[in-house]
Amino acid sequence: MSVELDVFVGNTTIMDQEVYQLWLSGYTVGDAVKVRMDGGVLDGCDASAEVLRSDTMDQFRTFQMCERLLHNPAKLANQLLFQIPPDRQAMLIDRYYAFDDAFVREVLGKKLSKGTKKDLDDVSSKTGILLKSCRRQFDNFKRVFKVVEELKGPLVENIRQHLLLSDRLARDYAAIVFFANHRFETGKKKLQYLTFQDFAFCAGELISHWTVGAMDNQLEDMDVDLDKEFLQDLKELKVLITDKDLLDQHKSLVCTALRSKTKVFAEMEASFKNLSRGLINIAAKLTNTKDVRDLFIDLVEKFIEPCRSDRWVTIDVNLYLTHYINSAHILDTFKHQAVWNSLWDELFKMLTDIQHVTVCFLVKMGMVASGASAAAEGTRATAASSEEPVPVHPTQFTTSISFSFRDMLNVGCRAWPHSG
Amino acid sequence: MPGKLKAKIVAGRHLPVMDRASDLTDAFVEVKFGNTTFKTDVFPKSLNPQWNSEWFKFEVDDEDLQDEPLQITVLDHDTYSANDAIGKVYIDIDPLLSSEAATVISGWFPIYDTIHGIRGEINVLVKVDLFNDLNRFRQSSCGVRFFCTTSIPLCYRAVVVHGFVEELVVNEDPEYQWIDRIRTPRASNEARQRLISLMSGELQRKIGLKVLEMGGNAVVGYLQCFDLEGESGLVVRAIGTACTLEKLSGGGATNNAQHTANSSPSKDMKESPKACMSGCRSSHSSPVHGAASRLAQSFSVSYPTLLFSGMGSGGSAGKEAGPLKILLRQQTQTALEQREFPFFTLTSFPQGFLLHVAGVVSARSVKLLDRIHNPALGSTRSYKLLDWSSCSADEPETRDAWWEELRQEIKSHARALGCHAVVGYSESTSICEEVCILSASGTAAVLNCRFLQDGCLDVLSEHRCDDSAPPGCGFCHVPYDELNMPFPAQLSPCCCCHRTKVPDVLFTTIDLPTDAQVTGKGCLIQARLCRLKKKSQGEGNATCISNLLPFLEYELHTQLLNKLKLCGMNALFGLCIQISVGENMLVGLASATGVYLSALPSPGGIQIAGKTPNDLTYDQHVSSIQRKINDTIVKNRELYEIHITEVAEDVIGSPIPEPRQRSRLFRSHSESSDELSELDLSHGKKDAFVLEIDDTDAVEDLHSLLTDAPTPPGFYSCNTEIMPGIYNWTSAIQMFTSVRVFRLNNANLTNLGLNKIFNELCENLLKSLYFKLRSMVPCCLCRLNFTVAVPEDELIQVAVTAVAMSFHKDQTQEANKAAQAHSQMKAIAETEEQLQFPLELNAESASPLSPKGSGPQDGSNSHGRAPSVDYSSFADRCSSWIEQLRLRAHTIRRGSIKTSSSPLPEGRSRSLRSTRSFPGSSVSVVKMTPLSFIPGAKIVKYLGIINMFFIRETTSLREEGGVSGFLHAFIAEVFAMVRAHVAALGGNAVVSYSMKECVFMENPNKNQAQCLINVSGDAVIFTRESDQEGHLPQTSHPQPTEDTPP
Repeated sequence: MSVELDVFVGNTTIMDQEVYQLWLSGYTVGDAVKVRMDGGVLDGCDASAEVLRSDTMDQFRTFQMCERLLHNPAKLANQLLFQIPPDRQAMLIDRYYAFDDAFVREVLGKKLSKGTKKDLDDVSSKTGILLKSCRRQFDNFKRVFKVVEELKGPLVENIRQHLLLSDRLARDYAAIVFFANHRFETGKKKLQYLTFQDFAFCAGELISHWTVGAMDNQLEDMDVDLDKEFLQDLKELKVLITDKDLLDQHKSLVCTALRSKTKVFAEMEASFKNLSRGLINIAAKLTNTKDVRDLFIDLVEKFIEPCRSDRWVTIDVNLYLTHYINSAHILDTFKHQAVWNSLWDELFKMLTDIQHVTVCFLVKMGMVASGASAAAEGTRATAASSEEPVPVHPTQFTTSISFSFRDMLNVGCRAWPHSG
Repeated sequence: MPGKLKAKIVAGRHLPVMDRASDLTDAFVEVKFGNTTFKTDVFPKSLNPQWNSEWFKFEVDDEDLQDEPLQITVLDHDTYSANDAIGKVYIDIDPLLSSEAATVISGWFPIYDTIHGIRGEINVLVKVDLFNDLNRFRQSSCGVRFFCTTSIPLCYRAVVVHGFVEELVVNEDPEYQWIDRIRTPRASNEARQRLISLMSGELQRKIGLKVLEMGGNAVVGYLQCFDLEGESGLVVRAIGTACTLEKLSGGGATNNAQHTANSSPSKDMKESPKACMSGCRSSHSSPVHGAASRLAQSFSVSYPTLLFSGMGSGGSAGKEAGPLKILLRQQTQTALEQREFPFFTLTSFPQGFLLHVAGVVSARSVKLLDRIHNPALGSTRSYKLLDWSSCSADEPETRDAWWEELRQEIKSHARALGCHAVVGYSESTSICEEVCILSASGTAAVLNCRFLQDGCLDVLSEHRCDDSAPPGCGFCHVPYDELNMPFPAQLSPCCCCHRTKVPDVLFTTIDLPTDAQVTGKGCLIQARLCRLKKKSQGEGNATCISNLLPFLEYELHTQLLNKLKLCGMNALFGLCIQISVGENMLVGLASATGVYLSALPSPGGIQIAGKTPNDLTYDQHVSSIQRKINDTIVKNRELYEIHITEVAEDVIGSPIPEPRQRSRLFRSHSESSDELSELDLSHGKKDAFVLEIDDTDAVEDLHSLLTDAPTPPGFYSCNTEIMPGIYNWTSAIQMFTSVRVFRLNNANLTNLGLNKIFNELCENLLKSLYFKLRSMVPCCLCRLNFTVAVPEDELIQVAVTAVAMSFHKDQTQEANKAAQAHSQMKAIAETEEQLQFPLELNAESASPLSPKGSGPQDGSNSHGRAPSVDYSSFADRCSSWIEQLRLRAHTIRRGSIKTSSSPLPEGRSRSLRSTRSFPGSSVSVVKMTPLSFIPGAKIVKYLGIINMFFIRETTSLREEGGVSGFLHAFIAEVFAMVRAHVAALGGNAVVSYSMKECVFMENPNKNQAQCLINVSGDAVIFTRESDQEGHLPQTSHPQPTEDTPP
C-alpha cells in the first residue's frame, strides 16, 4: 500500500519561504520534514507527518522545476509555466543567489573552475554547509562570472540588470567576481581573521578607484581589470626607499610630527624604515600578476603584523600614516609632486585602520591614481606642490576619508587586539 | 468561400538549443490550416528569433473554420539532415467566429512538444474576416456561442431556453491503428491531438447547427467528453442546453455587479426566459443495430435508482396526481412532453423557473464495446480520418442508441416522480478494457409552465400573487401527490409556509437555488466505497458488474444519508456519483454539498441498536458508540452554525394548515425539548435511523462515519458554486489540481480493507489540501470536484480540482473596512451615510432571526418538492435487500421549525450584502476558477470556450523526477497553455474551468509514462468593482453597534 504518485499544482504557484530555505540549504525531503516538524508547522493543524511529507515533496519538486528558470532570472519574469506574483519572483531570485559567508570565504579568490568544484566536499565538511548547497552557491558564482565577464560598463550595475539581484547582493557578487578574476589570495591563515564583508569592502574600493572603469568613464568601461597604467605609476614611489637621503628626511619629518603624540613613539621611530620599505615594495610590485594576487597577504605580513607586534593601537597607526603621508609632500626633492602628494596622502593615511587596513590602502591608492591621471594631463602640475594636498576630486576624497574614519572608530577597537 | 483566415508570426523566445555546436537554433515556422501550409524564413542562429512575417492568408469554408485548428509548427532548419521539430501550437479559432466574442488572437503561446513539454514561446497574431453565408443548407454554424458555465452567463439574459442538445462523433483512435507500430510516439501523439481537436470542432459545429435549427444562438452548460474506447475507437460526445441569449446593456450591468458579488449567477434572468417548445433533437434516429444486440447487459436503473427516484414502474404518476397539480401539470407537461428529452444541463436557474424539485434520477447501463468493424481510412478527406456524415459505419448509431436508452430511462423516472423535466443533467462513462458503464443523472423537476409559454412576462407577476407560495421553500415542495406517492415516502408540512408537503430529505444534482432558505453553512459530504469483483472477460464481466452496481449504489446512498444526518443537515446539492470500473474492483465515490434547508424538517439522529440486547458489555459498547454519534451531531451543528430554535410553530401571517397538520406541529413542539433524539411524529414509526452494529455493513458505515475528520477550523468545503452562509469573499482565489495514485500491494484485500484504504486516501487528500492552503484561512474550498479512476489492476487514482476562496473572517472586520472605505470616500455626504445605517440596522437585526423567518422574497411561485430518502425503521430488517431498500427508503420527520416574520428586511439584507466589494488589486495575471463567477469582480465579456486536449509522453521517466515529477510538470504546462490562450484572446480569467479527463499510464520498468488531459472553460474579461461602486452595499454588517460611524 503506497502512494505511487502525489502532485498538487496551483494556478498561482504556492511556495512556502521556509521550505524554500530548506531546499536551498540542500536538505533532503526527509530531513526537511523533520526540521519542519520540530519547527512546529503542524501545531494547530490536524495533519499528520504524511501530509507534511507530501507538501514538502511537492514544493521541492516545484523548486526543482523553477531552478532552470532561476539560472536565468530574466526568464523568470516572462516565462509562462509558473504564475508567480512579482514580489515572490524577487524573493525567489534573491534567496537563490544568496550565499553563506562561511562558504564564500573559502572560495573567495579561487579560480571558479571544475577543480575547485571538485574540492567542494572539503569545503562542505569544513563549513558544515551541505554539499548540495555548496554546489549551488559555487555554480551561482560561476554563472554570474560568466554573464558579466564579457560585458562592458559598471560591474555592479551589470550584475543587477542581468541577474535582477538586489543592490546588496549585486555588490557582493561584484566583489566575488572581482576577486575570482584577480585570484587574490585570501585563504592563508594570516588572513583568516578577515570576513567576507571586509574583503567585499576592499573590492568595492578597488573597483571604484583602481580599475579601468574608474580611471576613465568613457565607453570602454571595464570594471573587472585593474588599470595597468596606474600600477605602472606606482613604481615611481620606489624613490622613497631607494634614495637614502629622502628616506632619512621623511623619517625625521614623521618623527617630529609624532613626538609626544603617542605612547609607542619609540617603536615607531625604530620601525619606520622597515614599514616604509614594506609598503613601498608592495606598491611597486603590483605590475606583476602574481604579486597582485598576494596583495592582501603582503599587506598583512609587511605592515600590519609589524605594527601589531609593536602593540600599536588603531589610533597610533592612523596617526603614523597621516603623518607619513603629510610629510611626504614636504619632501621638496621629490620630483613628481602631484603624484607623490596624493599618493602618499591617501595611501598611508588609510593604513591607519587596521581592521580595514587593506581596504584603506587600496582606497587611497585609487584616489591617487585619479590624481595621477589628472596630473598626467598637465592640468595641475603646480598645484600639486602646495602644502595642503588638494585632491583631484574633492567630493570623492572627503567621502572616502570620512568613511574610513568612521570605520576606524567603529571597528578598529574591536579588531585591533591590544586596543582599549 | 465565406472566410479568410489571416495569421502572422511575429517572434519567438526562449527557444531550446537545437544545435549543440553553436548552442543556438536556426528556427522557422510552418503555419498550416486545412491543406494549406505557409512557411516563414529561417531566422538563423538565435534563441529569440524575430520573424515578423507577412500575413499568411487562408481562404476557407466556414465549415472548416469551425472544425480545424490553426496549426503552428516551429522547426529547426538543418542543411544536411531533416529539419527537427521544436514543437507545436494549436489555436482554436472558434472564438473569432462570433461577433460578440474575441476579435483577434494575439500573444505569446507556449510551444508544446508531446515528448519534451513546453519549449519556448511564440508570438502569433490571428484574425478572421467572415462573410455572411445565408445559405439555408449550410453545414456550418458560425456565431453560435458555447459556454461551459452551467447557468446563464453573467452578462446575458436568456430570452428563450430551448432545451437539450446532444451529439457525438466517433473515430478510430490513431494510437490503435496499424501505422502506430512504425511511427514515433511523437507522431502518434500528434495525430491523436489533431484528431481530437478536429472532432471537437466538428462536434461543436454540429451542435451549433441544431441550435440554429431550434432558433437559438448559444449553448449553455456545454459538456464535452471523450471516451477512449481503445481498440473500438474514440468517441467525442457533448450535451448542452440551447438558449437564445441577449446581451445585457447598461442597466443590466449594474445588476450584474450585484450578482457577481452575491455569487449568485442566476438572478440575472429575472427577466424570465421562456422555455421554448421546439422539441429537442437527437441527430441519429437510431435503429438499434447489430452492435446493440451485442451488449452484454443493458442494466438500467430499476433497482438502484429507486433509491433516489422511486420506482420506475409507476410511470403514469403524473396523471393520477391531485386535481390541483393536474392543472398545473397539464399546461407544462403538454409543452414539455413534445420534446424528446426535456433535459437541461443547467444547474442554476433564473428565479421562478424552477417550481419543484423531486429528487435525483439516475440510470446506468453496462455495455460491451465492439471491435472496430471497418478501418474506414481513406473514405474521406485526408485530414479528417473519417467523416461520419458520409460514411455509414454504425458506430455512432450504436453509441447514440445506448445513450438514448439511458435518456429514455431518466425521462421515465422523472415522470414517475411527477416531474416533466430533468435539470442539472449530466452524462459520464467509465471504461475498463471492453466493458463500459454509461451513467446519466439529473434532478427531476417541475418547471414553471408560465415560463414555458411565449409572451407571458406580464402575466407572470400576477400569477405570483395568486400562488403566493413563499419562494424560499417553494422548490422543496413535493411535486407528486401525497396519496399516490411513487415510492413509500413520508411527507411533512413545509416548515416555512406550513401549507404544502415536503420530504424529509432532499437530494439534487443542481446548485442551491439562490432564494433557498438555508440555516447555517454547508459542507462537503462524500460517500466512498470499493467493491472487489472477480476478474473476468466479456459478457461474464459485464454481468458481474451489473450485478454489483445496485448494491454499490445502495450503499453509497446509505452512507450519504448517514453522513448527512451526522452533520445535522437535511438536503444534498450538487450530488455527483461516480462509479469507476477496474479489472478487479468497482470504486464508487459520491460527493455532494450538504445543507440544512429551513423548509425541510430537522433530520433525525442515528440510533444504534445491538443485536443481542441482553449482553451487558455489549450494551455498553453500543451506548458508547451512540454517545459518540450524538456528540458528533452536536459538534457538527455547532461547526456549521445550524442553530435551530424549535420554538414558534405558529406562523405569523401564514394560513393555518389543515387541522391534522396542525396537531402534528404542536406535538413536535412539545417534544422539542430533547435536542438529541429528534422528534419524529410521522406515522408513529421509530424516528431515528437505526443501525445495528452486528451487521457488517453497519459496522462499515459506522466506521466511515466516525473516521471522517471534520474540516479544520477556518475551512469550509463544498462541491457547489456557492457556500450558503458565506457572502463576504475577498478577491483571493487559488485554483488547484491535485492528483494521487495509490497502489494496493496487498493482494488479499477484503471489501472492508479496501474501503478503509480508499476512505483514507480521500481523507488524506483533503487533509493535504487543507494544510497546503492554510495560509488562506478563513477560506472555503468551492466546487471540489473529485474524479476516481482505476487505471490498472492495483491502482486507484483520485484527481481533485477546486478553488480555494478566502473570505473575511468576521463581519466586524468587514465593518471596519467599510468604515474605512467610508472615511476615505470624501464627497458622499454624511447625511447619506446616516440614512444608510438605520436601514442596515433594520436589515441586520432581522437577519439573525431569519433562520426562523422564512423571508419570502419574490421568487418562484410554487411549491417545490424534494425527493427524499431516508431510511428508518431499520429495526425490522429484512434479509432481502429489496425489502431493506423499501424500509430505508423513507421516513418522515417533522421537526417543525420557525416561522416567518419580516421577510422584507431579510431580502434587503441579502441584496445589500451581495454588492459588497472587496479590496482587490488588479493583477495582470490570468485567474482560473471552476466557478462561474469571480468574487468581487464583474465579468464584462465572454471571449469563447476553451477546450483543449493534450498528450504528454516520456521515455525518461526517472530523469524527469518519476511519475510525480512528470505529472506535476505536465499539469503546470496545461495550466500555462490555458492561460496563454486566454491571454491571447484578450481575457484575464477562465471561469467554469474543469479538468474533464486525466488519464495517466505508466510503465516504470520501461521508464515510460503517458498522460492525457482534457480541460475546458470559458475565457472571460473581468473588471474589479471600484471601491465606489461597491461601496454603499458594503455597509451591511450584523452588529448594529459596529455600524455607527465614528
